[in-house]
Amino acid sequence: MAQTLINLKRSAKRGELLEITTLIAHPMETGFRADAEGKVLPRDIIRRFRCSYNGETVFSAELFPAVAANPYLVFTTVATDSGSLVFLWEGDHGFAQAETVAISVTPGVTSD
Amino acid sequence: MTSRIRRQIVLAAVGVCAVRVGAAEGTTGELDAAIQAHTGGAPLHEGKVRIEMDLLVENGNAVPMSVSVASPMSAADHVRSIAVFNQRNPQREVANFTLGPRSGRASVATRIRLATSQKLVAIAQLSDGSFWSHSVEVIVTLAGCVET
Repeated sequence: MAQTLINLKRSAKRGELLEITTLIAHPMETGFRADAEGKVLPRDIIRRFRCSYNGETVFSAELFPAVAANPYLVFTTVATDSGSLVFLWEGDHGFAQAETVAISVTPGVTSD
Repeated sequence: MTSRIRRQIVLAAVGVCAVRVGAAEGTTGELDAAIQAHTGGAPLHEGKVRIEMDLLVENGNAVPMSVSVASPMSAADHVRSIAVFNQRNPQREVANFTLGPRSGRASVATRIRLATSQKLVAIAQLSDGSFWSHSVEVIVTLAGCVET
């Protein structure tokens, strides 16, 4: 299991904008580099990332070798209901990792 | 390590980089082709989308970059996707982000690799199907492919 870091407010008011920061430890081997013997190192990257909020996808990304090692992503979503956010990373050689973060949302000061 | 050996190692690394960069030289056509493939040939408008990053980069291995789009992010008017392309890495695509009205704000940030000084292009697709672009020229002093 790769180490992950997920940063977001765990409690929010409904309608509040949540900034989410995620990081996963992964070499993101490009497939364009050679080792000391000149042999090309096979590609090993994370190709897809998805964040779903109570089952609905709110953000996703397709990543290519140009994304730096230990992919770092910052994005936003609007707090709607209490529940869970699931973060899923998928990549080469069957790499898949999911993390879940619980969030509690209180009826906000905003009218909607 | 003596300075001569160190110099040789650095020169060898630069040589490897130069070969790789040389292979990817003159790829403005490739960049345009990759963008065309993404937009399906739809017209590109300038504006709305903006790449924010340092234009002089010391180390190309992990370059912070953020892309934002001026959009209300409502159900009727929002950003569907933000795609980033490069001119001189081995592969034209960098990343493709999918957003929606639940994003609240059309802004993403990540860290990218830059093999050499080059142009970066961000393409945003809005909910009305239109494509908007912004490009920046970035100068890289230490290329992203020297790292072992």
